[in-house]
Amino acid sequence: MDFELTEFQTDLADGVRRLCQGQFPLEQLRSLELTERVVDRKGWRQLGEAGVFNLCLPESAGGIGLGLAEAALVFEELGRALVPGPLVASHLAAGLIDGADDGSVVVGLIETDRQGAAGSTLPVVIEHLEDLDVLLLLSDDGVASVDPGSVDGTRLTRPMDPLTPVWSTTSLPEGTPVAGPEIAAWWRRDGAVLTAALQVGAAAWATDLAVEYAKQRRQFGRPIGSFQAVKHLCADMAVRAEVARCAVHAAAVTVDQPDVGDAVVAASGAKLLADEAAIANGRSCIQVHGGMGFTWEVPAHLAYKRSRVLATQFGTDDELAESLAESIGDAGPGSGVR
Amino acid sequence: MDLRYTDAEQVFRGELRQWLEATLPGLPPKPSPEDWPGRRAYDTHWQRLLFDAGYAGVDWPVEGGGRGSSAIEELIFKEELERAHAPYVGVNFVGLLHAGPTVIAEGTSEQRQRYLPPILKGEEVWCQGFSEPDAGSDLASMRTRAVRDGDEYVVTGSKIWTSHAEVADYCELLVRTGPEDSRHRGISWLILPMDTPGVEIRPLTTIAGSTEFAELFLDGVRVPVANRVGDENDGWRVTMVTLSFERGTAFVGDLLEAIELLTTSVALARRTGAWSDPGVRRQAGHLRAELDALWALTKRNVSQAARTGIPGVGGTFFKLAYSETRNKLGEFSLSLLGRAGLAADDLEGVDGQGPLPAETMVEDWLRGISLTIAAGTSQIQRNIVGERILGLPKEPPAAAASTVATAK
Repeated sequence: MDFELTEFQTDLADGVRRLCQGQFPLEQLRSLELTERVVDRKGWRQLGEAGVFNLCLPESAGGIGLGLAEAALVFEELGRALVPGPLVASHLAAGLIDGADDGSVVVGLIETDRQGAAGSTLPVVIEHLEDLDVLLLLSDDGVASVDPGSVDGTRLTRPMDPLTPVWSTTSLPEGTPVAGPEIAAWWRRDGAVLTAALQVGAAAWATDLAVEYAKQRRQFGRPIGSFQAVKHLCADMAVRAEVARCAVHAAAVTVDQPDVGDAVVAASGAKLLADEAAIANGRSCIQVHGGMGFTWEVPAHLAYKRSRVLATQFGTDDELAESLAESIGDAGPGSGVR
Repeated sequence: MDLRYTDAEQVFRGELRQWLEATLPGLPPKPSPEDWPGRRAYDTHWQRLLFDAGYAGVDWPVEGGGRGSSAIEELIFKEELERAHAPYVGVNFVGLLHAGPTVIAEGTSEQRQRYLPPILKGEEVWCQGFSEPDAGSDLASMRTRAVRDGDEYVVTGSKIWTSHAEVADYCELLVRTGPEDSRHRGISWLILPMDTPGVEIRPLTTIAGSTEFAELFLDGVRVPVANRVGDENDGWRVTMVTLSFERGTAFVGDLLEAIELLTTSVALARRTGAWSDPGVRRQAGHLRAELDALWALTKRNVSQAARTGIPGVGGTFFKLAYSETRNKLGEFSLSLLGRAGLAADDLEGVDGQGPLPAETMVEDWLRGISLTIAAGTSQIQRNIVGERILGLPKEPPAAAASTVATAK
């Protein structure tokens, strides 16, 4: 047992971090705020070349053949850079939808039995509709494919996350079945882990931004980070991010090494804590920035808003907590990562 | 990142499990919590059994008398003991987790030969004399004074929160050997034999009603200079070695115990019908996620320790997060008991299904409160995270800002 990152894993994460810094600098992302299309096709293909989408695809299928552990590290970096777009859906679709694996096709995903389920009063809200080449519908029964052009969507003009444009619709086309319940189940599990990894990245980014500001901003003649009231906010951010990070890594490794625990339980727990860490850290980051944190100009709100978007995907807090509750007593807590 | 155990680690686990199955049924009955001599006898007997079976000091170096195994095997050891409901480390805590590792790291070869084997064999019990009534979180302000007199130090002062003092043979004692205001730079680490004249112990009663720790009064106590570990005035650095162990892997058994308490709590909720409340289920599910994550963090920390030999910063993260989770768990289980939690007595349930686990839950809830205080309060831990890990500037001492140099 060695739960530290290998040298290869550290290098992989560093490489993706550099790629994001070069390809998706924050200033450039910010120029896309509130626009209809935020997926830069060239950048998406570069993510594809870097292996973001085909990382877990077997080599025999043209992929890289690595595990979800490596994918989680990559997605952590994408989350840290606040890279917009349907990253998790496109990763899951690699191997199933032609062109998803190399980034030439952008794939989105909607969980139809979670949002807009029969009898729901809420409309279906779809992210990135204009950017999509394929829209997948995921339910416990399986996966169906829909032509995004056939969706009668109304663009919402005031999206919460400036980099996640959204459309609403009251009904979705039925779509063509492309995968059964088995694949749907592991998409839910892996989708939760990778979305959680994005959240961990965002939580870490928010921590760094807050700490940096707390070191520079001076009040009462000294940096505000020297005051314990501010320092402790930052410390709690670091702790939350690190605990969630370990949970996400453990969940990913458990998917790759199924004999070490219950991967579904580990994935649910990781998503629950990573959502919370990202939301709480986003909120604290704004708080540490004071009045500036409430301005559009300071990017603190971007992480907070993104975390809210991701928290609605692949399991909400209540759903995750309830599913975890049902697992207590069978194998017992701790079995998820043991 | 690999969570699979190697063949050698599996063999170690298998053999230990067999030994525990064979050994535990033969243990004497547990003494009452207030019977200190009985507790000492019970805990040290258990330590002797571990020693004879080769399981004392699993991750201690061979030259220190230990097994010389990795931090990973130490983790397996603690996990298996907890799963088998083996006795806790008990009165051997300070010797095995503080004093022993410090003597290994900083002691002379004579000191190692003299003090380490009796710890491992359960022959000698240690206590800790660090905090003082006026030096808690600000440990470096401690004032217990040691004045050199030939080959001896003459020690005068008082210590507090000294666990197991009543049954201890030795105390790892911090004393001021430098000038009064020398803070970190004027502290030395001494081995104090508890039967030395001038040592007086006054037990303190905790909010749980137990006498787990004591106050220690030292009046002209003579300690040989040969009992000093590390250089004179270098005791702060020596102490940090010990504290890093305390914040590192010391909570493994505790965490597994918490995991078991959650299972007990859920069983109680199912029994009382509270489980039909989604709010109760979500609390339980959330606690499971937290405990699983803390178990993962433990494995990360242990893996780091196995690579580098010392527990890393993850120990501070762990302590902060774990103490919060443990308090939440305590509140959760207490709420499930309702008014049956107004006493720590195992009341019979009226459903005829036996007693309710009130004793465990009430005691655990109370004990959990100590976790955000002991071994550095959560507030101090947050300062450590903020200053040493995140690099935020220190807060100048408020009252002294204008008179005392702040760059310490």
